[in-house]
Amino acid sequence: MHLLGKLTWQAIPFDQPLPLISAAAVIVVALAVLVWVLLKGHVPYLWREWITSVDHKRIGVMYCILAAVMLLRGFIDAIMMRVQQALALHGAGFLRPSHFDQVFSAHGTIMIFFVAMPFVIGLMNLVVPLQLGVRDVAFPTLNSVSFWLTAAGALLVNLSLVVGEFARTGWLPYPPLSELQYSPGVGVDYYCWALQISGIGTLMTGINFVTTILKLRAPGMHYTRMPMFCWTALASNLLIVAAFPILTATLAMLLLDRYVGFHFFTDTAGGNSMMFMNLIWAWGHPEVYILVLPAFGIYSEVVPTFSSKPLFGYRSMIYATMAICLISFMVWLHHFFTMGAGADVNGFFGIMSMIIAVPTGVKIFNWLFTMYGGTVRFTSPLLWSIGFIVSFAIGGMTGVLLAVPPADFQLHNSLFLVAHFHNVIITGVLFAAFAGSTYWFPKAFGFVLDERLGKWAFWLWLIGFWVAWAPGYALGLEGMTRRLQHYDRADWQPMLLVAAAGVLILLVAILVQIAQLVVSIRSREKRRDVTGDPWDGRNLEWATASPPPPFNFAVLPNVTDQEPYWDMKQRAREAGQLQTSEPHYEPIAMPRNSPTGFVCAFFSVITGFSLIWHIWWLVIVGLAGAYATFVVFAWRDHDEALIPAEEVARLDRTNRAARSAAVQRQAVT
Amino acid sequence: MDPTSPDRPRLQADSSREEAFDAGSRVGEDRIPGAPSHELPSLGAELRRYVLGLVLSVVLTAAAFLSVGTHLIYGPGIVMAIVVFGLAQVGIHLVFFLHLTTAPDNANNALALAFGFLIVCLIVFGSIWIMFHMNHNMIPAGQLMDMQG
Amino acid sequence: MSAPSTALRVGRDPHHVGHGADTGGPEFTGHGGGGPAPKRIVVGYGFWIFILSDVVMFSAFFATYAVLLNARAGGPGPRELFDLHLTAIETACLLLSSFTCGLASMAVGARSLLWTEAALLVTGLLGATFIGIEISEFARLTARGAGPTHSAFLSAFFTLVGCHGVHVSCGILWLGTMMAQFAAKGFRENIRHRYLCFSLFWHALDIIWIGIFSGVYVIGVVTG
Repeated sequence: MHLLGKLTWQAIPFDQPLPLISAAAVIVVALAVLVWVLLKGHVPYLWREWITSVDHKRIGVMYCILAAVMLLRGFIDAIMMRVQQALALHGAGFLRPSHFDQVFSAHGTIMIFFVAMPFVIGLMNLVVPLQLGVRDVAFPTLNSVSFWLTAAGALLVNLSLVVGEFARTGWLPYPPLSELQYSPGVGVDYYCWALQISGIGTLMTGINFVTTILKLRAPGMHYTRMPMFCWTALASNLLIVAAFPILTATLAMLLLDRYVGFHFFTDTAGGNSMMFMNLIWAWGHPEVYILVLPAFGIYSEVVPTFSSKPLFGYRSMIYATMAICLISFMVWLHHFFTMGAGADVNGFFGIMSMIIAVPTGVKIFNWLFTMYGGTVRFTSPLLWSIGFIVSFAIGGMTGVLLAVPPADFQLHNSLFLVAHFHNVIITGVLFAAFAGSTYWFPKAFGFVLDERLGKWAFWLWLIGFWVAWAPGYALGLEGMTRRLQHYDRADWQPMLLVAAAGVLILLVAILVQIAQLVVSIRSREKRRDVTGDPWDGRNLEWATASPPPPFNFAVLPNVTDQEPYWDMKQRAREAGQLQTSEPHYEPIAMPRNSPTGFVCAFFSVITGFSLIWHIWWLVIVGLAGAYATFVVFAWRDHDEALIPAEEVARLDRTNRAARSAAVQRQAVT
Repeated sequence: MDPTSPDRPRLQADSSREEAFDAGSRVGEDRIPGAPSHELPSLGAELRRYVLGLVLSVVLTAAAFLSVGTHLIYGPGIVMAIVVFGLAQVGIHLVFFLHLTTAPDNANNALALAFGFLIVCLIVFGSIWIMFHMNHNMIPAGQLMDMQG
Repeated sequence: MSAPSTALRVGRDPHHVGHGADTGGPEFTGHGGGGPAPKRIVVGYGFWIFILSDVVMFSAFFATYAVLLNARAGGPGPRELFDLHLTAIETACLLLSSFTCGLASMAVGARSLLWTEAALLVTGLLGATFIGIEISEFARLTARGAGPTHSAFLSAFFTLVGCHGVHVSCGILWLGTMMAQFAAKGFRENIRHRYLCFSLFWHALDIIWIGIFSGVYVIGVVTG
C-alpha cells in the first residue's frame, strides 16, 4: 500500500499550460498576500479579531469576502467559456474538451456553493441578530465552525486546480458519468468531499438561524413585528434544514458507489441512476429558494428605506414567503420533465411550478406599491433593486414557460434554460448581494462606499448581463444545447460573439466595483458614518453604532411595533432630543473567541484531501483531530468573558452623543 | 478593540450557575422537547411516565412482530397494521420520553415536528411515486439491447 | 399610534444573552414577545432542529430503500435474508436503553452522580449489544454472498441500517464522553444542557429504529 495513496507527481498538471499557469498565478498571489500579512505583523490581530472570532458581524464579513473572491474565480471561468464558444465554430477553440468540461463544472459549483450561498449567509449573519435586537446568534462558536467548513470546501475545490483535476460532470454529477467506471479520476471525489464538508457547515448555519429567529428576539418583538429580512431568513434557513440533509445523503450514496462498489446509481446490479436525479433535485430546487428568499428580504429592506415608506403589505409578504417556502418542496421534478415520468406526474409538477410564481408576483407588486407615493431616493442599492424587479420579472416568466412540460421538452438543457437560470440568479441573488453589501457596508465598516462608482457598476452590470444573456434565450430557441465545447452552425456565432462582448462589459463592471472598494477605503475618513444611520433607516440595525460594539446593544431595546427604530427616531426628531435617558450600564457577558472553527476546518481539509487521494492513514489522523477538537472545546471551563460596565458605557455614550447631535440638527431643519 | 482579548481587564464569568428548576419551564416560557413541563415533577411521577412509555412500546413492538404470519387479520391488512403500530409507537416515544404535547408553550416544538414530518412524507412518497412512473416507462432491457445493435 | 414609553428598559442579563423582559405573563407564550429565551431552551430547541434534519437525511435513505427494494439483480430479498429473532433482540436492547436513558435523566435531575453513571453505563452496554448484533448480522450476510456490493437492494439496505448503526456508535462515543464529563465536572449547567441534547439524540435513534424494524425488517419479511 503506497504511503501517499493515489497521489503522485503526475497529479500536478506540468504538461497542461493553462491550468499550470493559472495555478502558479494563484499560488504566487496567495503567497504574496501571506508574506505581506506576516511581515507587517498583522497575524496576531487577524487571529484574535477575525480567525477565532465568534462574533456574527465578523463572521458575516468573512463570508462576504469569501464570496467576492470566489466570484472572481468563477467569473474567470465564465470568460473562458464565452471566449471558447465565440471562437469554436467548426474548430477546437483554445480549450480542449477535458478542460472545457472542468471549467463549466467548476464555474457552476463555485458560483452556487461558494459565491451565492456565502453572500446570502454572510449578509444574514451580519444583519439578522442586529435586526432582532439581540447580541449574537444562538450558537456563536458553531457559527464560526460553519464559516470555516465552508471555506474548507472552497479550498478543496481550488486545490483541484493545482493537484489533480476537477469533475467533468457539470455542477451536479449525474451518474452513470459520475460513477467510477466513467469518471475514474479524482475530479468527482474533489467535488463530493468539498460539498460534504461545506454542506455540514451550511446545515449548522440553518440550525443556528432557525433557533436564533424563533427563540432569540428583543423583548416585545412578536413574530409580526420582525423585519421582513428576518422572515425571509427564517424561511430560507428552514429550507436549509429540510433540504441539505438530502444532499448529504445523495452524495454519500454516490461516494459509496465510487469507493466501496455499492450499486445505488450504477448501470449494473439493479442500480437506478434516475434516482440520483430525483434526490439531487429534491435538494436542488429548495436550494435555489434558499438563495433567492434572503435576496427578496434584502429588497424588502432597501426599497422601504429609499422610498421613505413602510413596506407595503407586510402580512401578505409573510404569507407569500412562507408559501414559497412550502411549495418549493413540491416542484422539484420540473428539473427532469424529460426523464420520462409520464404525463400525470409531469402535469402535477408543472402546475405546482406555475403556482409558485404567484407569491413571487405578490412580492413584486408589494415592492412597487412601496415605492409608489413615496419620496424615492435613487441611490445605488435602490437602483440594484429596480434593475432586479424589471429583469427578474422576465427571468421568472421564462421559468413559467419552462414549467409547461411540452415546452420544456423542446427547451430542456438548451441555452434557453441556461439563460433563464442565469437571469434569475444574477439579477435576483447577485444584484441583491450587491444591493445588500452596499446598503450594510457602512454598518459593518463605519464608512460609506463611493456612490458614483456604485452607480457605474450597476449600469455596467445591468447592460452587461443583458448583452451576455439575451443571446442565450435566442440561441436556446434556435436549438443550441448547453455545454458545447464546439459547434458547426455558423448562424450561432454572431450571437455568441455578442454574448462574449457582454461578458467583457461585466468584466469592466467588476473592475469598477474593485475600484469602488479601493477608492472608498482610501478616502474612508471623509466617508465616516458617525451616527450609525447613514440612510435614514427603519429597522433596529440602524440603532447601533457603525460598526456596532461587540455586544450590539448596551441594553436590549423594548419593541412595541413594527419598524421600531423608525418610531424611536420620529419621536426623537419631533422633540429635538433623544427620547431615552442614559440607561444604567451593566457588565455584559459575551462568548469568548475560539479557534475551534479554524482547527476543525483544518482537520476537515486534511480528511477531505486524504479521502480524495486514498491516503487512508491520513484520513484517520484527520478524523481523530476533528474529534479531539470537539473534546477540547467541550472541556473548557470558561466560555464567556465579561465586558465591564465602564467599557459598555464608554462605547454607548459616544454613539448617543453623535445621535443626539444629529437629532438636534434634524429637528431644527 | 476586542473586549475578550487577553490585554483587556476581564472578570471571570462563571458558567456553573444553578437554576431554580432543572427540568421544566416557568409559566409563560416555551418548553424544549426532552424536558417535562412546569414544575419539577416528583421522581415517582417521572418514573411512572417512563415505565408506562416502556410498557406501551413493548406491547406495540410485540404486536408488530407477532403479526408476521398471523391469520388473525386479513392478509394485506397486516402491512397496514404494522405501519399503524409503528406510528403509534413513535407517538408513544414522543409523548412519554420526549414530553412533546400540544400545549401552547410547546408550539415551536410541535410545529417543527410537523414541518419535518411533511418534508419526510414529500421525500419518501414523492420519490416512490416519481420512480414508480419512471421505472414503468423504461424500455425493457431486451428491447434496449436490440436498439444498440 | 400612541405607544407606551419607549424608554430603554434597564435589563438584567442573567443568562448573558440579554434576557431583558422581567414580565413572564402567559400572553408572551406563542406570540414570541418575551425576549430572548433562556439558554436551556435555546440549546434544546437548536438540537431538536438538528434531530429533525437528521430525520430528513434518514428519509432520503428510506426513500432510496423503498425505490430499490425490488432491484435485487436476481439475488436474495428480505424474506431470505432477515432473521426476525435477531431483530427482536436488537429492538429490545434499544428500547430498554431508551428507558434507562430516561432513568439517567431523572438521576441528573436529582444530581446523583452514582445513579447517573450507572444508568448511563447500562444504556451504553445495551447500545453496544445492539451494535454487536448488527455487526454480526452484516458479517453473516456478507459471508453468504449477500454483501452490499451485490445488488442495489442490498446497497440500500446496508446503507440505511448501517447509517443508523453509525449514529448509534457515535452516540455511544458521546455517552462515554458524557460519563467522563459528569465525573470530572459534576452537574454544571452547560454539562446538563449537553446531556439534554444527548438524551434527545438517543431517543431519536430509537424512533428511527422503530421505522427500520417495522418498515424494513417486519414488512420486508411479510411482503417478501
